[in-house]
Amino acid sequence: MNTQSNPMAEPLPAQTAAQASTVAARPFYFSVLRELWEYRFIHLAPLGVGAVFLFGFLITAFLPAHMRGEWGNLTRHNEHFVGPYDLIAGLMMLTTMVVNVFYCSDALYGERRDRSILFWKSMPVSDLTTVLAKASIPLLVVPLVAWAVAIAVQWIMLMVSSAVLLAKGLSVSALWTQLSFVRMSLLLLYHLFTAHTIWPAPVYCWLLLVSGWARRAVLLWAALPVIAIGGLEAIVFHSWHFVALVGTRLIGAAPEIDLRSPGTLPTNPMTHITPGLFLSSFGLWMGLAVSVVFLALAVRLRHTREPI
Amino acid sequence: MPCIEARGLRKTFGTTVALAGIDLRVEDGRIVGLVGPNGAGKTTALNAILGLIPYEGELRVLGRDPWTERDRLMCDVCFIADVAVLPRWIRVGQALDYVAGVHPRFDRAKAESFLARTNIAPRSKVRELSKGMVTQLHLALVMAIDAKLLVLDEPTLGLDLLYRKQFYDSLLNDYFDRNRTIVVTTNQVEEIQNVITDLMFIERGRIVLSSSMEELESRFVELVAKPEQTDAARALRPIHERQSLGRSILTFDTQSGHADRQQLAGLGELRTPSIADLFVAILASKPADQPGDQPDNHPSQLQGVSR
Repeated sequence: MNTQSNPMAEPLPAQTAAQASTVAARPFYFSVLRELWEYRFIHLAPLGVGAVFLFGFLITAFLPAHMRGEWGNLTRHNEHFVGPYDLIAGLMMLTTMVVNVFYCSDALYGERRDRSILFWKSMPVSDLTTVLAKASIPLLVVPLVAWAVAIAVQWIMLMVSSAVLLAKGLSVSALWTQLSFVRMSLLLLYHLFTAHTIWPAPVYCWLLLVSGWARRAVLLWAALPVIAIGGLEAIVFHSWHFVALVGTRLIGAAPEIDLRSPGTLPTNPMTHITPGLFLSSFGLWMGLAVSVVFLALAVRLRHTREPI
Repeated sequence: MPCIEARGLRKTFGTTVALAGIDLRVEDGRIVGLVGPNGAGKTTALNAILGLIPYEGELRVLGRDPWTERDRLMCDVCFIADVAVLPRWIRVGQALDYVAGVHPRFDRAKAESFLARTNIAPRSKVRELSKGMVTQLHLALVMAIDAKLLVLDEPTLGLDLLYRKQFYDSLLNDYFDRNRTIVVTTNQVEEIQNVITDLMFIERGRIVLSSSMEELESRFVELVAKPEQTDAARALRPIHERQSLGRSILTFDTQSGHADRQQLAGLGELRTPSIADLFVAILASKPADQPGDQPDNHPSQLQGVSR
């Protein structure tokens, strides 16, 4: 039989694959969307922090010169230009961490507590899709939102500073040359995804796992093993390696992300971009492997656990 | 292929036996009422059918194993579990968006036309709706899904009379056709009396009666005995007797071979028992101290009725 007799009868493999991926992507997309509807702090928290920061910046920008602090001094030709830009970037990193911890500790717990899991499970969405959609919030959505807010705030700051300088008849060239805006943005994106997403991923995945298991007090249950192992280590070996390990993971202090040397803040170009070092680190791959195991267990739990 | 087929379906929670190895078969196009006292195993049976809990024994729903294939099964199965489980934070519009997004058989226009007949505003959140409205919303979502099997677990619990009536009216008028199957559990047996085509009584994890409504009506008969004939009626071994307004009302199973309609007609007035009366009669006819943990050690005289 001629296998090529009727090319129209069956869709091409590529088409079938494309259709299959659309079919798989739709439930995933809407599962992510429902997380954004339910946990509105995912966007409200970064927006709120950004708004408060911007408000503070505007006050300094329009204050009379003698009342301004260093950061309000727009005519100084030194690194103080970048101070506020670094600060908002740093605040967004902190916001990312706080939002992620709170989100992850409720993600698989809240739906069991309010029994809405019975509604979600009445839909043709697999437990794997659900857990992956939930994991994508700390691992993709929150860093992106934080990044977008930081960029927006920095842009507004730049525009306001320029406007103030121009209004006073001063040159804006120093401001625009000292701040490499695009580079600063990309650097912040890189930093958010390496130091504040991939590096602490095991911590967030652990929280997701415990939120799918605990009947109450998720954060307490999540912290208990850390305290227990840390305490045991302290008694037996008189050291604090485990607690330090978890702590540095959470705050995004990878040894391969050098934050200790001066001038390594996200606005300072190329100082701590060491993707080679980061990607070749044993800790990174160890952490990712542990994250995958935690997520796999979370999928299993979503399958078996009942409403609380 | 039957819609639901179970053989030796068993579920235990610790030492409590929720389902003691039941056999059940639900054909396509039936409306089955699953009736039983609280804790009889109704919800457990439904949860197993919906792939929400693991179980022992064999179970096939639309040819699939619900526990391992829940997500695929849910393309063809809808359920309203227990009381309202719609998330309280969701807006009506978001609920429509979500179901339209994930469910390949959802007809959004249909759901919107159902909702247009209610007082539910598309902008409102579930937490702002009354219990009756939440159920209406859930029903609108479910009825707009072109599913083969709809499972309803106490769907009208806590609703007022008006909503309860509307619920079953819309279900029958707007949703049910001969290609769909509905399984419904409820304690309000009287409200499903005229809705269901088949009835199952479940008690202590066992199915004690499974019959179509026509069969039930021809098989069981209630006799309001003339006072002077009461003893004669009792001799025909009724499965249950109760007193009402000074007269004895006896329930007979005409398949037991002890009594037939002609005999009984001479002893008083005959009528069809209501589901509620039949339920009481059948449960009372079984020994009260029957252990609930061993399957098939007390084969009931009422078991094994096929449709």
